Amino acid sequence: MSAAKSRLRNGLTVILQEVHTTPVTTFWIWYRVGSRHEHTGITGSSHWVEHMQFKGTKQYPADSADREISRTGGVWNAMTWIDWTTYYETMPADKIDLAIKLEADRMTNSLYNKKDVQSERTVIISERQGHENQPVFLLSEEIQAAAFRVHPYHHEVLGDKIDIESMTRSDLYKHYRTFYTPRNGIIVAVGDFKTSQMLKKIRAHFSGIPKGDKPSVFLRDEPPQRGERRVFVEGEGETAYLQTAFHAPAATEPDFFPMIVLDSILSGASSFNLFGSGISNKTSRLYRALVLKGLAADFSGSLAATVDPFLYSITCAVRTDRSIEQVETALNEEIERATNNPPTEEELLKAKKQARAMFAYSAESVTNLGFWYGFAEILDDYTWFTNYLDKLEAVTASDVHRVAQNVLKPNNRTTGHYIPNAGRAN
Amino acid sequence: MNMRALPGSEDIIRQTLPNGIIVIARENPQSPSVVVDAFIHAGSIYEKRSKAGLANYTASMLMRGTKNASFEEIYEKIEAVGTSLGVSSAVHTVGFGGKALPEDLNLLLETAADAVRNPIFPHDHLERMRAEILTGLAMRDHNTRVMASLAFYETLFGTDHPYGYSNSGYQESITSIARADLQDFHKQHYGPTGMIITIVGNVAANKAISLVESHFGDWTNNKQPDIAPAPTARTINCAENQHIHIPGKTQTDIVLGYVGPRRSDSDYQSIRIANSILGVFGMYGRLGKTVRKKHGLAYYSFSRADANFGPGTWRLIAGVDPTNVDTTIKVMLEEIDTLIIKLVSHKELDDNKSYILGSIPIQLETNEGIAGTLASMELYGLGMNYLQHLPKQIKGVSRQDVRKAAARLLDPATYVVTSAGP
Repeated sequence: MSAAKSRLRNGLTVILQEVHTTPVTTFWIWYRVGSRHEHTGITGSSHWVEHMQFKGTKQYPADSADREISRTGGVWNAMTWIDWTTYYETMPADKIDLAIKLEADRMTNSLYNKKDVQSERTVIISERQGHENQPVFLLSEEIQAAAFRVHPYHHEVLGDKIDIESMTRSDLYKHYRTFYTPRNGIIVAVGDFKTSQMLKKIRAHFSGIPKGDKPSVFLRDEPPQRGERRVFVEGEGETAYLQTAFHAPAATEPDFFPMIVLDSILSGASSFNLFGSGISNKTSRLYRALVLKGLAADFSGSLAATVDPFLYSITCAVRTDRSIEQVETALNEEIERATNNPPTEEELLKAKKQARAMFAYSAESVTNLGFWYGFAEILDDYTWFTNYLDKLEAVTASDVHRVAQNVLKPNNRTTGHYIPNAGRAN
Repeated sequence: MNMRALPGSEDIIRQTLPNGIIVIARENPQSPSVVVDAFIHAGSIYEKRSKAGLANYTASMLMRGTKNASFEEIYEKIEAVGTSLGVSSAVHTVGFGGKALPEDLNLLLETAADAVRNPIFPHDHLERMRAEILTGLAMRDHNTRVMASLAFYETLFGTDHPYGYSNSGYQESITSIARADLQDFHKQHYGPTGMIITIVGNVAANKAISLVESHFGDWTNNKQPDIAPAPTARTINCAENQHIHIPGKTQTDIVLGYVGPRRSDSDYQSIRIANSILGVFGMYGRLGKTVRKKHGLAYYSFSRADANFGPGTWRLIAGVDPTNVDTTIKVMLEEIDTLIIKLVSHKELDDNKSYILGSIPIQLETNEGIAGTLASMELYGLGMNYLQHLPKQIKGVSRQDVRKAAARLLDPATYVVTSAGP
């Protein structure tokens, strides 16, 4: 398994990998734009732009691309996150030319009709309202805002409601034209094709698009945190939630891989499957300390690979017969244990073995591979993904201990409680 | 599309073991893994209504300790090598399965067999699981999407119908279930009758079958009853409406729907195409065009026609601003009216047929996709050449068939609509 990376004259990066096991090809285009590239007043613009990219061009008016792709049995979708926005089509291999044409066209020619901007405004407000129905979303949003006072990781990808209500067509169009350029983009194709032919097709459709200016990004580094921060969210429901989040290393920092091992030991191995589940986490330290001890009904750990340092967070659903304080005490004991002592060799070996199995599973779907190559290229280089297991293999118990001491310290922590009103009116 | 390249009787091995277990295996030599997908007839249809949630509770205890291994030992064994194994429960069946590297398939099957055959329901785990289930039910009570759906099934089929009540149970039923109930349920209903196990991936089909034989071949249970017959559904005679009030939420979820097809329904493919046109094709079909794009009412608005052994459901679903509930229901009913009055266009019919057939290779890209498809082909008695025959069935559906199928099941005047929100 090896991928080929090249760059067109206009700066567009192209990563191709042939996989001939099934007659399916996936085509991805990534842009270096997400909520990290937004300032107050236009929060949520990257996500909204992603919605507008489905509203049509002159060549492919609204619905016509949807129809053309769906007719082949193909699937297409898009995602926006803090560091990136991406679009993909997974299709029968002999139909993939359509995806290439469509993505080249909408890199520059999307219409952004005022009427569509208006109807999408309510769709996005509805999307946000759906999230607001979930207590953990409300809690995470407050924790993120408390943990990042200065850096744009401060706000949710969906944006603040006030900005969704007030942004204009020209705000969105400007955002689109600034970031949707060849020099800011990455193409990934994985599947049943010949690399030379695929590259030729990509050149034919993309090389004529002007390079574009280097986007100027208003970025401010987050200053060091000088003490624990705490937030409280009160809301609907009967279940209390605890979330605790630590500033964590960025994906390219040397401490990131020991952090993956630490997360695996604390909260279980993470899946490489974008659209599938991983393995259970019932032998992880936190499962034993929180769920087996009868304090939490459920918990999860989340370490994200990001361009700038983001958060390592642990979320617990408190059992209805326990208090949030009981769960917090038990969690903090485990955190202290991880900072006091290095993990055992057995734990280290297990984390590495699990990662190997899940890495193997991840190679089974071309869509999944397309995701990982592009994601890795945004962070650093696609080899970030292909070298993943080697870098993990090199992690030692003392690396994990050092990183635990650096990251899991109280003054680097933001803790949040979701306090349910148990049926009382808000 | 080359339909011959799809799984069919030529490369699927199907064998019935002497104790009745049906084993289906297909080798996928280029894959780095193996997937197991199995069913036992021990779903909630076999429990008493007063013990709602018993089948699910029993299933969730299977891996909490067996005659041969403790909870810790079971999970240490599988997690240490990155193997997944899970159990889930539905109305008719309990499903179990997972994924492993080829060299760990034996471990996966051995662990699964021990879990379904020899659970001991340890007291401490039983009470912890009860508390986890109760917390889950408390969360459910405040989840608008789940509550709108639960209210829909309760209203459509009735709260005493096996398809109508929640198979996760309710606070009072879960509280009343004793250890002996779980032991009895397991003793009576877990057995080889009707069991199906599908194995797909990097293992020779014959080897997969002999591994199943070695772990399940000597399993017998004289107490296991015959497979439960599928229930029937009541008739809906008017528009029935129910709202679950959950104060403090910002969005209301809506389910509007009907009694749907059995999987054996001779109109099944026509219904599938009608549903695809209504709320699936592209971005949610016609519903996506009207509810989401034209009116900007919702982020999601789609439809599902789910077939079952017995009557399934045909549902239209949306999550909307609480002030837009009535408008959304009106738009949904207009779409239903159009579907049963006007023939769909040639173009729409052709697009949707092409979509359904074109999506097959994508669905069958992974071992999970193949295993899930083969398992349901067996479960619903569709035959191992179902995929080869599918193009002819789909191509044979006419515009009139689509309208007839829609008119048979849908009606803008008699339906169930439920919502949950502020």
